[in-house]
Order: sequence, then C-alpha cells, then structure tokens
Amino acid sequence: MTVDQLLYGVFPYVCIVVAIVATLYRYLTDRFSYSSLSSQFLENRQLFWGSVAWHYGILGVLTAHLVGFLIPQSILWWNMEPVRLYILETTGFVLGLLALVGLLVLIYRRLTNSRIRVVTSPMDVTLLVVLLIQVVAGVGTAIFYRWGSSWYSAFAVPYLWSILAFKPDVTLVNNLPFVVQVHILNAFVLVLILPFTRLVHFLSVPIKYIWRPHQIVRWNRRSPIIGA
Amino acid sequence: MDVRAQVSMMFHLDKCIGCHTCSVACKNIWTDRQGTEYMWWNNVETKPGTGYPTKWEDQEKYKGGWEPKEQTIKLRATDKFRGLANIFHQPHLPTIDDYYEPWTYKYSDLFDAPAGDDQPTARPISLITGENMDINAGPNWDDDLSGSTVYANNDPNLENLSDGEKQALFEIERLVFFYLPRICNHCLNPACVASCPSGALYKRGEDGIVLLDQNVCRAWRFCVSACPYKKTYFNWKTGKSEKCILCFPRLETGQPPACFHSCVGRIRYLGVVLYDADKIEEYASAPKEDLVRLQREMILDPSDPEVIKQAEKNGVHFSVIESAKKSPVYKFVKEWGMALPLHPEYRTLPMLFYIPPLLPVLGHVENGVYNVDAEGYFGSLDKARVPMQYLANLFTAGNEEQVRTVLEKLLAVRMYKRSEQVDDIKPSLVEDMLKKTGLTPETCEEIYRLTSLPTFDERFVIPPMHREYAAELMAGDPYLFKAEAGVGGFKDRPDRGL
Repeated sequence: MTVDQLLYGVFPYVCIVVAIVATLYRYLTDRFSYSSLSSQFLENRQLFWGSVAWHYGILGVLTAHLVGFLIPQSILWWNMEPVRLYILETTGFVLGLLALVGLLVLIYRRLTNSRIRVVTSPMDVTLLVVLLIQVVAGVGTAIFYRWGSSWYSAFAVPYLWSILAFKPDVTLVNNLPFVVQVHILNAFVLVLILPFTRLVHFLSVPIKYIWRPHQIVRWNRRSPIIGA
Repeated sequence: MDVRAQVSMMFHLDKCIGCHTCSVACKNIWTDRQGTEYMWWNNVETKPGTGYPTKWEDQEKYKGGWEPKEQTIKLRATDKFRGLANIFHQPHLPTIDDYYEPWTYKYSDLFDAPAGDDQPTARPISLITGENMDINAGPNWDDDLSGSTVYANNDPNLENLSDGEKQALFEIERLVFFYLPRICNHCLNPACVASCPSGALYKRGEDGIVLLDQNVCRAWRFCVSACPYKKTYFNWKTGKSEKCILCFPRLETGQPPACFHSCVGRIRYLGVVLYDADKIEEYASAPKEDLVRLQREMILDPSDPEVIKQAEKNGVHFSVIESAKKSPVYKFVKEWGMALPLHPEYRTLPMLFYIPPLLPVLGHVENGVYNVDAEGYFGSLDKARVPMQYLANLFTAGNEEQVRTVLEKLLAVRMYKRSEQVDDIKPSLVEDMLKKTGLTPETCEEIYRLTSLPTFDERFVIPPMHREYAAELMAGDPYLFKAEAGVGGFKDRPDRGL
C-alpha cells in the first residue's frame, strides 16, 4: 500500500467513522457539552467583525462546495459561459477572503484578550489552526489554480463520491497540486476532530425555530419527559 | 377557556427595607459557582436608580420584550428570521460590563507580602481573569444613591417627568427613594421562551415556572437579549444560560423559595392563581393603557363553579384549586386590586406583582411635634414626594389613574385603622375614603391583617406539586426512578452490567 493510498484511501474512512461514532457518543452521553460556547458576553466589539465575516463567508463557501458535490453538472453547466464562470469564481473568492479575514480577527481576539483566553481550551486552539490551514489552502487554490469550481466538479467530486461508494479512486486526486492536496486532507482532519471540539454546534442549527410556535409549555403529567 | 395554574408572587414595597437578605440567600444556594459570580437571580434596586444591569429598563438600548405589530405583537429584538440572521453576533446583547466584572481580593498578600515600610493591602482581582482590576460597578452599585447625577438621574423612568417633578424628587434633604426587589417574573408570555431558537426554555404546565433546559441550550443567547427584565443570564464558563428557577426543588417539598423564606421585612407573598391561557395573545396585544386591567381580568376566580369545572377538565388538581382559593396573591391582585405588575408595557404578562410604595407626605413636623394633616390625606397624594407619574411609569405603563387607585386604597386602610386605634381622624372622613375606594371596613381589616400580621402560612400558600403523579406518568414505572441520583438526569442509576 502506497502512502497515497493510505492518505486518500484509508485515512478518510478513519476520519468519517471516528466523527460519526464520537459525535453520536458525545450527543447521547454528554448533551450538556453541546454548545456554541459563545464568548460575546465577555467581548463584543471584535467578535462582531470576526464572527459575522467568518460565519457568512464560510457558510457561502460551504454551500458552494455542497452544491458542487451533490449536483456537479450544475456547476459545469453554469461555468460554460466565461462570464458566469468569472462571476462564480469572484463570488467564491470574495467569500473565502471574507472567511479568512474573519478567522484572523477571531484568532487575534482569542490570543490577545485576557478574558477570552480564560475560556479558550487547547481544542479551541487546535480547531483554529486546522481551520486556518483549511481556509488558507482554499483561498490559495483560488489564487494560484484558477477555475477551481470547474475542476472541483471534475476531479474532487468524483473522488468524494468514490469514497462514499467504498471504491476510493486515489488517482483522481493524488496528482493535484500540493495546496489542493493539503486542502483535501485537512478537510478530513477537520471531520476527524469535529466531535472533540466546539464545532459540533453547527450540527444543532436551530432551523426548527422558524416554524415552531413562540411559546413552549412542558407538562410533567401529560406527556413523557424525555430530553427534548 | 383554557384554565391553567400559575405560582404567582407579590412584593409589598412599603415593607421592603433594602437589606439584600433575599439576594444573599439566593446567591448562596444557586449562583456561587464560577461563571455565575456576576448573576443575581434576585436583586434589590434603589429607585430612582439605574439598576442592574445598568439601565436595564432602557429598551432603546437592550430591545427587550415585545412590541405591538399590526393586530398582534412581535419580539422587539430577535424575531424569527431577523433573529437567526443575527445569530453570529447579537447587536443588543448586554455584556459582562453592563452588569459588572466580578471580583475578589487577593487576601494572601496580607500574609505573604515581604516585610516593608507599608502595610500590605489586599488588592481587588478579577474573578474572570485573575488580574488586578479597578472596581467600577457592582450588583447594587447605586444602592441608596437617589439624587445622584451619575446614577438616579439616568433612571429611564424619569423620561417623561416634568422638570418640577424631577426637582421635587431630588431636592436636597428631601430626597426620596424606595427599594425594588426583582426576580424572574415567570411571565405568561415570556419573551425568553419565545426567543430561544433551540427551544431550551419552557414554561412548566402545572405551575407556570419558567425553566431553561441546559441540555438543549446551545448558547445562542437570545433569551438574554429578549428578556426585558434581564433576568436570564449567560454563564460565561459553561456556555449555557441560566435563570431563576423559583426554587422549584424547594416548592416541590412545600417550602417557599429561599428569597421569600429569608425576607426580613416579610414583604413577599406567594400563592397560586388560575388564569385563562386562551387570552394570552389577545391581552398581551392590547393597547398600553388596558394591559393592567386585562391581566387582572385574565386571572380567574377559583371559587367560580365554571372555572373549577374547566380547571379540572384541564388536569388542574383539586388540591391546587383549593390552594388558589387561599392565595394571598389572588386577594391582593384580583380581589382588592392593589398589586400591579412591573412594566406591563413589555407585554410579557409578568406574574410577579408589586404594591407600590406609599410615599406621599402624610404629616409635617411643627415645633417638634409630628402633625397628621388629616384634612389633606387625599390631597396629599398629589403633593407626594414620589411623583405619581414615576410610579405609573414603573407599574402601569404610564397610567397615573391606576396607581392613584391603589395608593388611595392603601391610604384608606391606614386611615381606617388609625381612626380605630388612635381616633384622631374624623369618622366622616374615613367614611368618605371608604366610599371613594369601594372598600368596606371588613375588607380594610382583612387587608390590614394580611399586610401587617400575616403568619408564615398566610404569606406562602404553596400548592401541592404532586411530583408523585409526575413520576408515575413519566415512564409508567416509578421504580425506574428509584435508584437515580442528582438533579436533572445527569446521573445514571447503577445498572447491572451486560
């Protein structure tokens, strides 16, 4: 087994299995620990510039990744016209840059504010480092290897699907540029550490709030109380 | 009619001496942990004053509570989509500095400091960072500081007072203030519950206590912004919100909450009231000046056969209905119409009621003798040291008439008792007063007894909580819970291994 096979054929499965098992285990045994652990209460100003830029930037980028992953043809079709390709690439780049700036502000804030340092765990630092590598590699790819939206759909997406099909096709990715390889492998690292960090908060996006009634009443005697 | 029971509260402000015993009792039981040092689920404020957190009543700043929108109401700060869009940074969230930075003193320096020319001192250090700090604020920082240009002058309730009224309020040597103890109001239309995206906050159906399920809380912090009374708090250490739980573990064992139990002035009353939950939205959306009246209307008579029928149909235990009949809160709020909610204009339908303080000038000192100006009893309400408008801003959404009615009743009871015991007030005057307020001598006597001479059991009429039924219905088998330990299901029972 070559190193490439180990990295692209085995490592992803390790990450995915650990992530699923550990996330479930943590959710079932220690639900209290599921929290965004917001620190806005301790520091408000810098968080605004960091958190808003980071979250909106990364959500936009992630959505694009997801659409490309689920329906790669749509991206390829969109990119047929150069103008549309430029629009997509520019939008993606700006969002990536937004996320990067936000992340840097957040890192700066976490390292320099004494109140925030008190609520910073080693896993927070680990997570920030991994995220920084990921975003830098992503933005770097956008700068140095253009039209990533097209070749993402042509190379990385088939590779990801091959993993899901339990027939990992290493040849699709092991010859990609170094930055891109870092981006792919680091993504799996991110998946790996997900259940051991505060990142789990993205699993509890409170989307239900939009259609639920405003007021909630729990009856002890009318219905079983099982943790909501 | 959807009849529900609510454990409701009443504070008699004329009796509050501002000793903070309630706050300390609460702190020692519930908020002595790291992350909660700054929290005072029960706090006592000096009014006029800026309160805790500073200027909490300034909803231009904090955007708490509900505001009318077309035929109904909406959350002022964080409704649904707009709220979710602000989830990464909330524009109106108070931060620790709006409360105060908790501190202790470095006492070890008193012992460990090297010998020198100066006395060693214990410097204040932050309980968050451990660094040296300057103390700029505390939980009752403007205690007794009425008249202060830094604090009392910034009281948001002074906004629509005339210059003359303000001058009278802060006139030197005639300064006036009173205390306002505050806990969670356990509202009927709680903004905290409505604002929580995770659905962690809820109202208990059986007794109306508003609680927060920390296993569901994800630190989105909307409850802190939404509560106009700023009575949900964010624990910066655990990353979860917390709030007053009305000492439900004590209530469930028949004891009043710690702040009630420890109250030195015996100002606190607790009892269950029945209310019609169908009316919540309609009444919370009513015009400002009707809010107090409608909320009173929403509280139902526990002796009315129709109410009892509906309550029982709704699963309200008969023992709770019996308890409601003896509730001192029912008497003060509904029967006698003397207790008012704090800031009804926030439209959360708070279920903690206050008897406003009777602070008019009733007598004057002449040649060293205290004279009661009997003729001027009624007139003196207008010359009151606390302007009526100020009390109205606090308790009736600005409606002076409703405050006046309450104060007149308080005066009527005093005059009635004084004429009976001291006999220096003309009986005709007392009669006029009773007629005007609609009180009878018997009612006056009853109000007097429940105000001045109530026993412990008359002040706290705690309904049976019937946890025994709850345990059986939770999973069918009460034995399932026998071996459990701890609160809130954190501890598993010792199960036999596989």
